Amino acid sequence: MKTKIDEILEKYENIERDSLIPLLQEIQESQGYISEEAIVKTGKKLQIPTSKIYGVATFYNQFRFEPIGKYHIQVCRGTACHVLGSATVLQELESILKIKAGQTTRDGLFSIEVVACIGACGLAPVISINGEFFANVTSEKIREIINNYRSKEINHE
Amino acid sequence: MNISIEINGKKYEAQHRETILEVLNRNGIKVPTLCHMKGFIPSGACRICVVEIEGSSKLISSCSYPVSEGMKILTHSPRVIEARKTIVELLLSNHPDDCLYCVRNTNCELQNLAKEYHVIERRIFGSKNNFKTDFSSVSIVRNPNKCILCGRCVRVCEEIMGVSCIEYTYRGSKTCIGTTLQKGLNTSSCVNCGQCIMVCPTGALSEKNQTLAIKEVLGQKNKTVVVQYAPAISVSIAEAFGLEAGKDINGILNAALRKIGFDYVFDTSFAADLTIMEESAELIERIKHNKNLPMFTSCCPAWIKFAEEYAPEFLPNISTCKSPQQMMGAIIKSFFAKKKNISPEQIFSVSIMPCTAKKFEAQRETMSHNGISDVDLVITTRELIELIRVYGINMNQLEPEMTDTPFGIRSTAGKIFATSGGVTEAAIRTLYKELTNTELQKFKINEVRGFEGRKEMKLNINGKEIGIAVVSGLKNAAELITEIKNGRNDIHFIEIMSCPGGCIAGGGQIIGSSKNDIELRMKSLYHIDETENLKLSHKNPEVSELYSCFLEKPLSHKSHELLHTKYEKRDVLL
Ligand code: SF4
Ligand code: SF4
Ligand code: FES
Repeated sequence: MKTKIDEILEKYENIERDSLIPLLQEIQESQGYISEEAIVKTGKKLQIPTSKIYGVATFYNQFRFEPIGKYHIQVCRGTACHVLGSATVLQELESILKIKAGQTTRDGLFSIEVVACIGACGLAPVISINGEFFANVTSEKIREIINNYRSKEINHE
Repeated sequence: MNISIEINGKKYEAQHRETILEVLNRNGIKVPTLCHMKGFIPSGACRICVVEIEGSSKLISSCSYPVSEGMKILTHSPRVIEARKTIVELLLSNHPDDCLYCVRNTNCELQNLAKEYHVIERRIFGSKNNFKTDFSSVSIVRNPNKCILCGRCVRVCEEIMGVSCIEYTYRGSKTCIGTTLQKGLNTSSCVNCGQCIMVCPTGALSEKNQTLAIKEVLGQKNKTVVVQYAPAISVSIAEAFGLEAGKDINGILNAALRKIGFDYVFDTSFAADLTIMEESAELIERIKHNKNLPMFTSCCPAWIKFAEEYAPEFLPNISTCKSPQQMMGAIIKSFFAKKKNISPEQIFSVSIMPCTAKKFEAQRETMSHNGISDVDLVITTRELIELIRVYGINMNQLEPEMTDTPFGIRSTAGKIFATSGGVTEAAIRTLYKELTNTELQKFKINEVRGFEGRKEMKLNINGKEIGIAVVSGLKNAAELITEIKNGRNDIHFIEIMSCPGGCIAGGGQIIGSSKNDIELRMKSLYHIDETENLKLSHKNPEVSELYSCFLEKPLSHKSHELLHTKYEKRDVLL
């Protein structure tokens, strides 16, 4: 069966190795992440070992290798956020969810992504969950936010 | 074109385009290197090889910088020495610092540098790495925490083996050598050759060590512990005991193994003779029916896995013969067991190989008979040396002993299996006899000897031309396979060994041996072949005996049951 990834790859005819990045970007755009299938098929198409594709992809922060969670948390690391302590927020978030940036919790609920400035510097440090912004986030606040999402999940079930 | 340069105030001649390092090496001036590998394009990654050049404010890495007319180089100025020391300190800043508990303790390039540059206190503190050690492979253990990112493993795996299952991943302080999606090496395309271990300067890569299991089984009373050692072993360990490199210490090795406590000691070279009997019969059949040609050899398990992954369409072309290790294992647990009246279950069969891939081979499902595995445990040359030391054996005080019977005699044809081209020479001798009913007169076939990655020749037997290719280094094998895919059809027999030069340079051998040491191993093998009388596998009386009272004849039903195997396409992340 033809998958979405096959379709994307088919569009790139006579593709050269230097189109690897745009190709991966398009795949991530469509799938939300770079899957094993994507790596294998891209490798075949470009005649590059999968390890090299993975090596290149991990070199850039933009790619993730796990599907995003139900709640995708973007932590801004722009200058303003950084100055006001986004690193601590990220650390706290990672320890609450027991995952690192770029990963997804086992239950598939949460995923973390570190992003460059999202243009809401007035709200720094800022995070966004599925597009919803949370301003002036602190370590305590992030705990609260996550707890809210968790209880929302439990109540829905 | 000659140019003249000055090194530390003295004049030297150099060739145009030579790197500074090449000139230094040629003149016996030593500067340390880490990422550099002879014969590879310099990567300039580690900078430990820096030197000072008059007129240049920056220090430059000598491994990648070409000489130019009138260049004035300082290799050990205070500035250079300080810079190198700082580099070592930086490398150590995130290192686990557990030298005492490291496989490479006393044989580590990083440790040596720290000592040489008098690093006796920690000036630079970095956060320690916290990577998981990958124990998933049966052959190779990968501990990225000890890695200094020199990239040597990555390059060998790609440029010599054509495998490329490991690569630099992530970047900056998070950089580590990893596999695709950081999966276990066991699910990658790794062929277990161990060449990455051979070039790793630190303890980041090592074999899966099984010496503990050996010690345990030697302590069990109800087991008959049988050991075999590969043809390469007896010419590869002398240097570890202060004897001259390459020296054949076969008899002493037998004595040492008995002292350690093995009940029976066999030389795998006997099974190599047996392999030649089966393999040459197989080749004759294939030539006769013009089927599945060219025929590839099957002694090298790293090559077999490579073919299963990268060239499954050629699996029918690979000889169905098990490797000598597995043939030996199979007859130990059948013929030998019966002869000695021991049940196969009671036998624990150990093999000592110059190879990490043999660990993988021994646990392949097809390498067993009625649920009993041919070989129970494989250790490498390095692990053997460990055992000899821990059991307190003094190799200089032992009287040479013979191997056990049956299987106590080997031909020199079986012995030269250890070098690239050896299997081919051995096979030709028996093939010639089978096809012409006369013996070959001139044994030595120079065309297939030496370290060249690809050797080819045409053999004329009875007016029929047989094309032969001998390949070592899997990258070279991949190239030959491409030629065949593209229509080359003048080759009938292809010997493939994964390690460059064959088993004498295997991934289980002593780490840090020089090219010269390895050449001496090869020399030693050919010296044995030159000087001993029994040069033909088919003249080995114990092989003939094995056929007459057990196997009947090559390719018999019994042979097929015990000595042959099959291969399967493998799905791994390529
Ligand atoms: S054992 Fe061989 S194939 Fe496997 S990673 Fe090392 S060099 Fe590559
Ligand atoms: S594992 Fe060893 S050879 Fe490979 S990059 Fe690290 S230190 Fe170098
Ligand atoms: S040895 Fe020259 S830069 Fe590493």
